[in-house]
Amino acid sequence: MTTLAETLSDSAVITRRNLIKVKRVPDLIVFATLSPIMFVLLFRFVFGGAINVPGNVSYAEFLLPGIFTQTVIFGSTITGSSIAEDLQKGLIDRFRSLPMSRSAVLIGRTVADLGLNALSIAVMALTGLVVGWRIHSSVGEAIVGFLLLLVFSYSISWLMALVGLTVRTPEVVNNASFIVIFPITFVASTFVPLETFPTVLRTFAEWNPVSTVAQSARELFGNIPAGVPEPDVWSLQHPLAYSLLWAALILAVFVPLSVRKYLRTASR
Amino acid sequence: MTNAVVVEGLVKRFGENTALGGVDLTVSEGTVLGLLGPNGAGKTTVVRILSTLLLPDAGRAEVNGLDVVSQADQVRATIGLTGQYAAVDEYLTGRENLEMVGRLYRLGKREARSRAGQLLERFELTDAANRPAKTYSGGMRRRLDIAASLIARPRVLFLDEPTTGLDPRSRLGMWEFIGDLVSDGTTILLTTQYLEEADRLADRMVVIDKGEVIARGTADELKAQVGGERLELTVASAEQLADVAEALGPLAQGELQRDHQSRRLSLPVTGGTDTLAEALRRLAGVRADVLDIGLRRPDLDDVFLTLTGHAAEEKAMDDESRPTAPATAGAQS
Ligand SMILES: Nc1ncnc2c1ncn2[C@@H]1O[C@H](COP(=O)(O)OP(=O)(O)O)[C@@H](O)[C@H]1O
Ligand SMILES: [Mg+2]
Repeated sequence: MTTLAETLSDSAVITRRNLIKVKRVPDLIVFATLSPIMFVLLFRFVFGGAINVPGNVSYAEFLLPGIFTQTVIFGSTITGSSIAEDLQKGLIDRFRSLPMSRSAVLIGRTVADLGLNALSIAVMALTGLVVGWRIHSSVGEAIVGFLLLLVFSYSISWLMALVGLTVRTPEVVNNASFIVIFPITFVASTFVPLETFPTVLRTFAEWNPVSTVAQSARELFGNIPAGVPEPDVWSLQHPLAYSLLWAALILAVFVPLSVRKYLRTASR
Repeated sequence: MTNAVVVEGLVKRFGENTALGGVDLTVSEGTVLGLLGPNGAGKTTVVRILSTLLLPDAGRAEVNGLDVVSQADQVRATIGLTGQYAAVDEYLTGRENLEMVGRLYRLGKREARSRAGQLLERFELTDAANRPAKTYSGGMRRRLDIAASLIARPRVLFLDEPTTGLDPRSRLGMWEFIGDLVSDGTTILLTTQYLEEADRLADRMVVIDKGEVIARGTADELKAQVGGERLELTVASAEQLADVAEALGPLAQGELQRDHQSRRLSLPVTGGTDTLAEALRRLAGVRADVLDIGLRRPDLDDVFLTLTGHAAEEKAMDDESRPTAPATAGAQS
């Protein structure tokens, strides 16, 4: 049986392998950096005036944490398509025939994608600062805000790992995740305040962890000015706890499911 | 001699489809077993079960004395697998690929590096070592893939159709590499659709078709099942066939076949080249123009045709991927 040290060492080997790919395939870096920049600028300047946000906080300030949230969730879909690609190319077979740790391929994958997401967030934060976004809280709170985004996106990566192992075709993984992730990130307080939603959607959005991650990030970056009414649902009153609970739940379910699936998956 | 691989009553089903219907085979340590069969025969399925990628539905398989189901972890540490399609990471260089696999076999950093260097050299990839594998030709990828499966000096190596899809020159090169491995003492289970390849590389062969073993033995034993050697000759005109047949008749060990259309005569013989010399001597007294004469041993194509009633290779496959075997004109049976 593999020891913890062996699992860590194998995972490091796989993480390194995945990061080498990032270095050699410029598209990935472009996806991880340019498209977030584009999103920030697009929402700031195209919709910036059209959407009213309660209080007198600038739209850029309200917007940025939402865009951070959506971008890292989309970033995590790379986990699924990359695993499907490895499966198609027979690499998963190769890895499964080696005496390596059973979870290392998935850990290495998700950790590498976490790295890409961290890069995306850094790029977005800098772009945000340029177009008027500011952190009004303490350094500690801001760090917790960034960590929350990373932790939540990491849990989504494990969900996507299972999707990739099940769907097996990178393009289909991409399309499928688009279909699911678009509504989930839009029926949320990602880009607009929930007050504008019809009731049914509003209830969904209030309990949608994407809303609470965005809400929590806003709080932690100090992007909610005084005068904005307190939310009246528990999830949005305690967004950090609620979001972390979701991340833990997703990991508790999808880590074992994905590893199990990995052990039984052979490419065809 | 101990067996490095033991397979007993192996069954694997995919839904309704029975891919393996109770396969038995053994591979002695230090030898090469050729697992021969047409597309869809179940070769890859056997290899996948032996390399712990698939679970069998029934039966038992051991590699190096370890059960592939209950001791899968230990089995993996002692085997190397080269699958039917090269499993190399296109974005890594050849060297990075080998070092990665070496590390995952738990070789130390330094050892992984030195083994990678040795294998790149051995498989003539040193010049391409620092280029991403994306830029490699099909033959180079195969070689890199085999090198990766050898990095931890496995005691048993599985090679699933190592030359399918290679051009004739790369195929010959690959045969040499595999020949070298054998002289190093590695036990090899090799699958192939190419009869010539099994004949050339394997000590023993197991022929499977539709998941069942239909023959086994050495190349000679299999050939014996189809009959021995034949003397064949072609004359200039069909009228000369009768005289020739009369002269050679006493040498025939069975029914003599005559084909007026192609002006050919074929007779089963024994005695090899002595008989050929005797035939030439007898023909000297006959007024016939012999255009071509030779001994022909049945090749494995004939074996396959006799055993299964259908040809072994997909004739429709692209010509480039066929071996350089001299084309055998339609079987005589
Ligand atoms: N994963 C799978 N799912 C369904 N059928 C399969 C699978 N793998 C193999 N088969 C079927 O099992 C049979 C044997 O396949 P395989 O072992 O790949 O043959 P070979 O390697 O000799 O060409 C074929 O009929 C094939 O279609
Ligand atoms: Mg096959």
